Amino acid sequence: MSAVALSLKDIHKSFGNTPIIRGVSLDVPVGERHAIIGPNGAGKSTLFHLISGRFPVSAGRILLRGEDITGLPPYQINRRGLSRSFQVTNIFPRLSVFENLRCGVLWSLGYRYSFWRFVEGLRDARERTEEVMVQIGMTARRAIPAGVLTYAEQRALEIGITIAGGADVIMLDEPTAGMSRSETENAVELIRKVSQGRTLIMVEHDMSVVFGLADTISVLVYGQIIATGAPAAIRQNREVREAYLGQAEEH
Amino acid sequence: MRSSLGRYALWIGLAVLFAALPHIFTSGTSLTKMSLMGIMIVFALSYNMLLGQTGMLSFGHAVYYGLAGFMVVHFINRASGGAWPVWLPFVPLIGGLTGLTFGIIFGWVSTKRAGTAFAMISLGLGELVAACSLILRGFFGGEEGITTNRTRLLRLFGYNFGPQIQVYYLIAAWCLICIAAMYAITRTPLGRMSNAVRENPERAQFVGYSTQMVRFLSFCLSGFFAGIAGALAAINFEIMNFLSVGAIQSGTVLLMTYIGGVGHFFGPILGAVLITWLQSSLSDLTGAWMLYFGLLFIFVIMFSPGGIAGWIMLHEPLARAGLLMRLLPAYLLIAVPVLIALAGIVGLIEFGHHYLVKGATDGTVVRVLGVALDTAGPLPWLISVGLLAAGLVLGRRLWPVVTDAWNAASAELKRRISA
Ligand SMILES: Nc1ncnc2c1ncn2[C@@H]1O[C@H](COP(=O)(O)OP(=O)(O)OP(=O)(O)O)[C@@H](O)[C@H]1O
Ligand SMILES: [Mg+2]
Repeated sequence: MSAVALSLKDIHKSFGNTPIIRGVSLDVPVGERHAIIGPNGAGKSTLFHLISGRFPVSAGRILLRGEDITGLPPYQINRRGLSRSFQVTNIFPRLSVFENLRCGVLWSLGYRYSFWRFVEGLRDARERTEEVMVQIGMTARRAIPAGVLTYAEQRALEIGITIAGGADVIMLDEPTAGMSRSETENAVELIRKVSQGRTLIMVEHDMSVVFGLADTISVLVYGQIIATGAPAAIRQNREVREAYLGQAEEH
Repeated sequence: MRSSLGRYALWIGLAVLFAALPHIFTSGTSLTKMSLMGIMIVFALSYNMLLGQTGMLSFGHAVYYGLAGFMVVHFINRASGGAWPVWLPFVPLIGGLTGLTFGIIFGWVSTKRAGTAFAMISLGLGELVAACSLILRGFFGGEEGITTNRTRLLRLFGYNFGPQIQVYYLIAAWCLICIAAMYAITRTPLGRMSNAVRENPERAQFVGYSTQMVRFLSFCLSGFFAGIAGALAAINFEIMNFLSVGAIQSGTVLLMTYIGGVGHFFGPILGAVLITWLQSSLSDLTGAWMLYFGLLFIFVIMFSPGGIAGWIMLHEPLARAGLLMRLLPAYLLIAVPVLIALAGIVGLIEFGHHYLVKGATDGTVVRVLGVALDTAGPLPWLISVGLLAAGLVLGRRLWPVVTDAWNAASAELKRRISA
């Protein structure tokens, strides 16, 4: 029995009177690659926002490695080693690729808000940034403002910023959405590489990506997890097929 | 080694320039103007730490400048005649600490919010302090303000800082230090994360940074440098009054910074120099100088949102490739209609100002280039409108020449890069 990286305890979230997340409980063990699938509007992104502190929960508790992080602001959750990407690309558009990645690095190396040392002089920050830039394959684009990159490049950068700080719980919200076949393949390789030795939680619509990457899959439908299990088991699950997979195949 | 030498060369060059300026512009009025420019450079750069670097629009930045100025006036008065062992060149630090203190207090309140809410709070705080400045007469001296005598501190190397030239060098030294310090801050973790917060505050939170803390620290540092500027102003003028903490002073620094350009570090320096020069030169020439100021602001917002610095940096790639000269003929050509239209605008403003303001007392006749024109009659108006219209029409006709030249130069640049 391995340690639990992230634990959700009966999470609820309503926007106004509309319940969106209706009692989600989930344990993700350390080192697992966990995919969350479900139809559009099921509440997957909302769940990510709750875990990462972007929205407060209406009820329930969230534990990161056993520590309660419910109600903490996003930056404190990030400092405790949980880092996330966004479904809609969320980068620093007028900063260069290099600077985007360095923004993801600085806090984790302990440079905090310092204004008494030059950022160019920070060797470890530079090396870590270079390392991530190599990992996401963007060394040739280092000086380009992030806002003018292609869509697929921006998605890769989004992942790069997310992993740059070395968080051990990584959450990716639809990392391959809108990518072509070959771009998706590259992204999958990238995700496989960067999630090595970490806990990965990923929302994804592309079933080949999900079944290729995930150790465990949870199916979220209308704000509730209707099944959690190994990919093979989920594929066989009738309820899941009716609620989601069958529906997806009809498209 | 080479690059760091190059970096120092820039600062040494600037120091030499500051040292040489009084020997180039020797008149008393230029010395006054240049002193003021130095003060405003520090003030505008401190403002840009908020606006340009961190994306915070403040309408009350004069608070830190003005309060520091008042504090310094009181400080000098207390310390005078050897009461306290201080030398004038160190007094700006008192201003900086005052600005920092109020930056911490007011920043704590206002940086809890960003965007429009922050701007509104800064406006409110500005009004609050401005109101206090008229109520608390003991500290602010009411309408007349409070005077001081900068020569009454201890002498340093025999200088008493009575003559303006000595004050100029004091300001220049502080100006240089502050430029260097503020530039250095842009290259630190806080400086870089300020840019990140400006670009995308939400994302900054998800890489471990509290946007509120980044805003707060920028605000405090900005207050510190605004305070130094205020202290230099107090030393320079030897008087502070309620206007220095008020909305007009806050508006002026906003305009300077914006017109100079918020997107580049040196933008506010250009803005401070240009606007200070315009203020003192135009106010001698015309009573309607504020109007020109406003027009310039609108013009920059509409046609060059990056300010003067943005416009200059647009040319940087071409300049590097040595292609700038190819634009020169087109620019000279377009300058003709621009000047004609400008003459028309100046005519409209000046005739209008003369008719409306001076007309009642001094008569409506005005002499232009030795010709008497009656602003109550149609002739001056027809001439002005005609010039403006001619300038606009001609400008439209000639504009394609500029765009063609620009496109040709850019195409050449692309060709060279890909070659
Ligand atoms: N801030 C908000 N205020 C009100 N309703 C919201 C808000 N954010 C999301 N919702 C609603 O919550 C529901 C779930 O949205 P969410 O984005 O979590 O779905 P999702 O599972 O990520 O869907 P998709 O696959 O399309 O990304 C949707 O009906 C959405 O309209
Ligand atoms: Mg979503």
